[in-house]
Amino acid sequence: MALIDTINPLLTTGWARGDAGWSLKDYEARGGYAQLKRVLSSKMTQDDLIAEVKKSVLRGRGGAGFPTGLKWSFMPKAAPEKYVVCNTDEGEPGTFKDRDLLRFDPHSTIEGMIIAGYAVGAKRGYNYIHGEIFEIYQRFEEALDQARAAGYLGNNILGSDFSFDLFAHHGWGAYICGEETGLLESIEGKKGQPRYKPPFPANFGLYGKPTTINNTETFAAIPFILGMGAEAYLNLGKPNNGGTKLFSVSGHVNRPGNYEVPMGTPFAKLLEMAGGMRGGRKLKAVIPGGSSAPVLPADVMMDCTMDYDSIAKAGSMLGSGAVIVMDETVCMVKALERLSYFYYEESCGQCTPCREGSGWLYRVVHRIEHGQGRAEDLDLLNRVTDNMMGKTICALADAAAFPVRSFIKHFKSEFEYHIENKKCLVDPEVQKMGSGFFKAGAA
Amino acid sequence: MNTQNTLLSPELSAEALKKIDREVAKYPADQKQSAVMAALVIAQDEKGWLSKETIAAVAGYLGMPPIAAYEVASFYNMYDLQPVGRYKLTVCTNLPCALSGGVHAADYVKEKLGIDFNETTPDGKFTLKEGECMGACGDAPVMLVNNKRMCSFMLPEQIDALLAECK
Ligand SMILES: Cc1cc2nc3c(=O)[nH]c(=O)nc-3n(C[C@H](O)[C@H](O)[C@H](O)COP(=O)(O)O)c2cc1C
Ligand code: SF4
Ligand code: FES
Repeated sequence: MALIDTINPLLTTGWARGDAGWSLKDYEARGGYAQLKRVLSSKMTQDDLIAEVKKSVLRGRGGAGFPTGLKWSFMPKAAPEKYVVCNTDEGEPGTFKDRDLLRFDPHSTIEGMIIAGYAVGAKRGYNYIHGEIFEIYQRFEEALDQARAAGYLGNNILGSDFSFDLFAHHGWGAYICGEETGLLESIEGKKGQPRYKPPFPANFGLYGKPTTINNTETFAAIPFILGMGAEAYLNLGKPNNGGTKLFSVSGHVNRPGNYEVPMGTPFAKLLEMAGGMRGGRKLKAVIPGGSSAPVLPADVMMDCTMDYDSIAKAGSMLGSGAVIVMDETVCMVKALERLSYFYYEESCGQCTPCREGSGWLYRVVHRIEHGQGRAEDLDLLNRVTDNMMGKTICALADAAAFPVRSFIKHFKSEFEYHIENKKCLVDPEVQKMGSGFFKAGAA
Repeated sequence: MNTQNTLLSPELSAEALKKIDREVAKYPADQKQSAVMAALVIAQDEKGWLSKETIAAVAGYLGMPPIAAYEVASFYNMYDLQPVGRYKLTVCTNLPCALSGGVHAADYVKEKLGIDFNETTPDGKFTLKEGECMGACGDAPVMLVNNKRMCSFMLPEQIDALLAECK
């Protein structure tokens, strides 16, 4: 979906013409690749470049919000072979921003990656693209060809002594490859099973070499940050939460889509930009940062601003910026059942607490939803999550646990009603109507 | 490389091998295995699905043990290790899509085709799969045709049109 509405567009400036504005010519006409040229022609030092990114307080847009400049500074200087890797595996339910970034403006990510390569001293990069978005993978490959032909990629870029090449790696359907070390394993041609950390990718990454891995939106922000200056970028947002952020708004709103707003924008404003609640119905709950983030009830969410700190204070996470909006037609037990199934299905199975625990969570929520719940099940669910969180190789186990704990915490009476009455609190006919699939009256 | 080519010729076409070579070239010379995911996709596109023999052929071409290629083929969801219909439809039913009709869209297709998830119509035309988030939740309901074509906003009318278009 092309651009609908935005405040302070940076990342989305190139989206205005939809599929007609993505090519190299268009990007250059918007000032694209000017920052790469400036970095190379001024022979900017790596330290100065990293310092500038640090000053912008750009935080990783892939989910964890780790400061990007700091991450880049961890790369060992002397290593002869290093890599830059972009994470476009976007499989976190609710997230669909990286797809649009590569669809409407692939060159901003490419430029960001080249600049990152310069900053950390890497000569080669890979962009790992989600399996289900083949058309986007094709477009990105086309954009790479354009950049190569124009001399932005390859040996001695624009006559400098800096060489960097970049390739696309296409995934093929595995959520766990979004986890950075699972992703690296996958590029190496293996099962995408996460590695123990430490060592972190900055020391032991792709092919065992120092590697910087960032989300697509993180890389895409780099040319804009350099263009406007780190301080101006930071000031767009709020302290400790620099710049603008893309939010993927899905669910029960009138206009689902991606919205770019400054960090710190009130949730109420974002909801308004997305056209408000579908059919004017009442907001019930929001998952503010992708399905792995704890759910928040409507009243708590309405008081939040969209930035890392505000959402964390409310007890959830900004995560990937996927805002899943649910209205009063949603049965929270059924919603949780679907999420729990997802984590059970996508656990890579290496760690016992995750492999077994995610199965338990799904089966118990499933039996509650299907009228076979037992009085002790809610305690059981919480106990299972206790045995998962922080006890595994990667954070998927925590991601499976957060929804369960938060749904039960905030919507306990709905779960209890299900267990006692063996049916949904929300009338199934009302639930059915909520999706908008059936024309009014036809259902 | 040449001896391997002849060895494989009954398995993968020269054109497929050329595509695989293009993928191999993306990675450092001593990291050919990195191309296995792409090579398996190319093989699946050509054969319709991945038999053990096809997987072994891909492994042989990349100089890796067949079991290592099989591990990859069985790990990622979009490889078909069983034959599928001419059109494989994958419907996303994850929560964000479900809120906008993903499950209802899947039910609608099931009813139209008379099959459940993981089944193929008797005429071998359609296979139906349940998908996880495709990173397109704003366009819900979404479905994927043969892994590569994404269809957005699939309400009954659009589903009817898609099914009619599949010959
Ligand atoms: C289960 C799991 C799935 C993840 N999926 C993604 C993803 O789809 N995209 C992404 O950028 N990061 C994802 N991450 C986070 C990455 O591991 C990593 O932190 C991120 O790519 C770093 O980039 P950033 O610092 O720019 O955010 C995931 C993490 C976990 C534990
Ligand atoms: S926590 Fe789960 S997904 Fe992550 S490595 Fe362990 S088993 Fe695999
Ligand atoms: S939930 Fe269906 S595409 Fe994301």
